[in-house]
Amino acid sequence: MTTLTIMRELHTRLKALFPVGELTEQRPALGFVTVPKEHLRTTLMHLRVKEGFTHLVLLTAVDWLEEGQFQLTYLLSNRPLAIDLGLRVMLPRDAATMESIHDVWPTAATYQRELREMFGIDFPGSPRLHEEFILEGWKDIPPYRRDFDTLKYANESYSQRPGRETHDPATHMKQQLYPNGR
Amino acid sequence: MAMKPELMKRMVKGPDGLEFEVEPLRDYYCEAPPTVMPAAYIKIVEDLFNWARAESIWILGFGTGCGAIEMRPLMTPRFDAYRYGVQWRPTPRQANLFIISGYLSTKTLKRAIRAYEQMQNPKYVIGLGSCTINGGMYWDSYNTIKRLDDYLPVDLYIAGCMPRPEALLSGFMDLKKLIRAGKGEGANKYVENFDWYKANQKRVIHDWDMPDYNW
Ligand code: SF4
Repeated sequence: MTTLTIMRELHTRLKALFPVGELTEQRPALGFVTVPKEHLRTTLMHLRVKEGFTHLVLLTAVDWLEEGQFQLTYLLSNRPLAIDLGLRVMLPRDAATMESIHDVWPTAATYQRELREMFGIDFPGSPRLHEEFILEGWKDIPPYRRDFDTLKYANESYSQRPGRETHDPATHMKQQLYPNGR
Repeated sequence: MAMKPELMKRMVKGPDGLEFEVEPLRDYYCEAPPTVMPAAYIKIVEDLFNWARAESIWILGFGTGCGAIEMRPLMTPRFDAYRYGVQWRPTPRQANLFIISGYLSTKTLKRAIRAYEQMQNPKYVIGLGSCTINGGMYWDSYNTIKRLDDYLPVDLYIAGCMPRPEALLSGFMDLKKLIRAGKGEGANKYVENFDWYKANQKRVIHDWDMPDYNW
């Protein structure tokens, strides 16, 4: 059986049990499905216990500012079959809160701490969630949110050395290599 | 400013059952401000000292950014910086040259300041790579400083992203010339403009939870 068939069959089995969305086939061994927020935990547990996805590879977020949503991606791995499945969860961006899964995978606590700090997503009950993780003494809105203006913040917070020029790399190299135009 | 609990003044119970008060910032650190180190009483002696200083450059092995990777080949036979009297040391107390090897996040800046202040006089700072000069490719980053000389007294910059080991060797030679000419006065400059440096440092380090001078 090819990896792709394994993945598709897995998706069919999942679909029969949970209201998951369509399968996005990134690669034969890497697929993504969207899961409603309230079904995430049961789907994760099912994948872990029944389907052999015992490893949480990563938990990360995407800020869909225009849609007013955060996307969380739980990437799971099945080691014996060497396939990865990502579960996507969409959250409303305002007061974003998600159930913690640190009791299923303790490593998730670290990801959740990072997401709380960098995106401002709350995971009630997650250990040491409100301790500083990467930043120290951060006072502004979480810096990975897309409405955080990095350049403006950098200009206001850090003194710049005057005389810095910025070139578009492509035009600049063209000028350097072919000064007479060619 | 949130002070870490372990730094706060509090009562502690010792293993023998006695209670006593600790105030870490006062008890563990010397409060005396730094002082200017005067030159030797006569120029020829100071010149001799400077010659000796130039010939034993001991670098603090603290890599802050990607540029740190260029220091490793210098320690190997291929570039062999040791033949110039340059060597790496594991602690600030044993070092007199601090190479800030690239971008410096505000979090690392805090550690860099502590490390710099713990180094013995006379001490020198080299800024390695464009990140230390003007922010380099992290010029619009929310978390890295753009001008190292606002926070630490820099004797010399080595430009490049990243500079090759040869550039570092040539930088060491230039630093030696500066020291021999009596221009390696960064530590004194730091003391003389102490308030200015501290104000700059505190402007970017929002959780200042250490003494103003870390001996
Ligand atoms: S100057 Fe370049 S190599 Fe050096 S720390 Fe910055 S980005 Fe990295």
